[in-house]
Amino acid sequence: MNQLRPVPGGAPDEGAAAAPDLAELLKACGKGDQAAFAALYDSTSSRVVGLAVRVVRDPAQAEEVAQEAFLEIWRSSGRFDPAKGSPLGWLLTIVHRKAVDRVRSAEASSRRDLTYHHQNQPVAHDATAEAAHASLEGRRVRGALQSLTPAQREALELAYFGGYTHTEVATMLDLPVGTAKTRIRDGLIRLRDNMGVGA
Amino acid sequence: MSDIHALSGAYAVDALDDIERAQFERHLAECPACTAEVSSLREAAALLAETTAVAPSAELRDRVLAGISAVRPLPPLVGDETATVTALEPRRRRRVVTFLVAAAAAVAIGTGGIVWQQVNDDAPTSQTDQVLTASDAQRFTVDFDDGATATLVRSKELNKAVLVTEDMPAAPADHAYALWLQHDGVMVPAGIMPKGPDNEVLLSGDAATAEGAGITVEEAGEEPTEPSDDVVALFTFDA
Repeated sequence: MNQLRPVPGGAPDEGAAAAPDLAELLKACGKGDQAAFAALYDSTSSRVVGLAVRVVRDPAQAEEVAQEAFLEIWRSSGRFDPAKGSPLGWLLTIVHRKAVDRVRSAEASSRRDLTYHHQNQPVAHDATAEAAHASLEGRRVRGALQSLTPAQREALELAYFGGYTHTEVATMLDLPVGTAKTRIRDGLIRLRDNMGVGA
Repeated sequence: MSDIHALSGAYAVDALDDIERAQFERHLAECPACTAEVSSLREAAALLAETTAVAPSAELRDRVLAGISAVRPLPPLVGDETATVTALEPRRRRRVVTFLVAAAAAVAIGTGGIVWQQVNDDAPTSQTDQVLTASDAQRFTVDFDDGATATLVRSKELNKAVLVTEDMPAAPADHAYALWLQHDGVMVPAGIMPKGPDNEVLLSGDAATAEGAGITVEEAGEEPTEPSDDVVALFTFDA
């Protein structure tokens, strides 16, 4: 745990001075406040779409996933519980699950070729990198990721951004099954402790 | 099961298959330590998204904002999980018992999950239609005594299944119909049906590898750890 602990509530923001309170917006959404949802969308859509693109890769499909996720966020907004986590964490959990469901269902019929080169197909997202550099939080995360061992980082990124199961990750990296899940967990714990979130 | 808690990281980043997820969620229900860990690891995982921002198209904003105007947010804590798009269904009180299939005892119902959050993609996509019109669609129909029917349509190619109901009586008050897919003898949560007698519901989970599907009656607002004994219908898939 280092001294860079974010403000209570733990919502990573983009360093903007007047970032809207996402928890308040979600609460208002739960009561049917569409203006609040528009504000929520404007504060989070680049991260939502960024995550969807990173996992799904196809930009058109990623926007579909983002749309589904936002609808789910709207519907479930009244059930967000600030005591259980940050608004952004809650919201991105929904987005990630939708994105993973999309890639898995799309690929279920044609079994994936679990070769290592999959990992080395970078998404063409130079614009992504540029936008991310604008985010202070993004820079901190990149810094914190350097504290992971390369093996942990690789397993975590294949799982989170690749949408692969830990068993698939193990196969791709020629690891015993139990090893991949351990690396994913250890990597997340290290990231968490470095960033001081969720504790 | 001794090291099932080691799955917490993989669970937090959605890196479990459906069966593992269901098993782990059952574990979560009785392990506060893992629940807390998953919560904190999800926060950490969400940070990774900070490195991926992409400006979306203006059209997406329009579509999203137009889309929500037709959808009512779920009530907090109580009520079923999918009260939504359809017009408010008058709460029909016909007894669900009248068409219960007395098969509960005969079925090996295994475990279930507890997390019901992302069930039932009724977003304006055509996945449901894709399944219903798939060239390899298989149909399994259950007819109830009172004329209601439930048809499970599965496309292995799409790895999806859709439940189509007609004239289905409402679930008892404060209850909802829950959907399950059976994998290797384990019932895995596949969503909750919206209210209303006539529905088309996309099941979540891997339908292609499932052995069967089921509908049960569950308490609304609860997050059941396994299917109740109120089994409404069972579908056994051909191999």
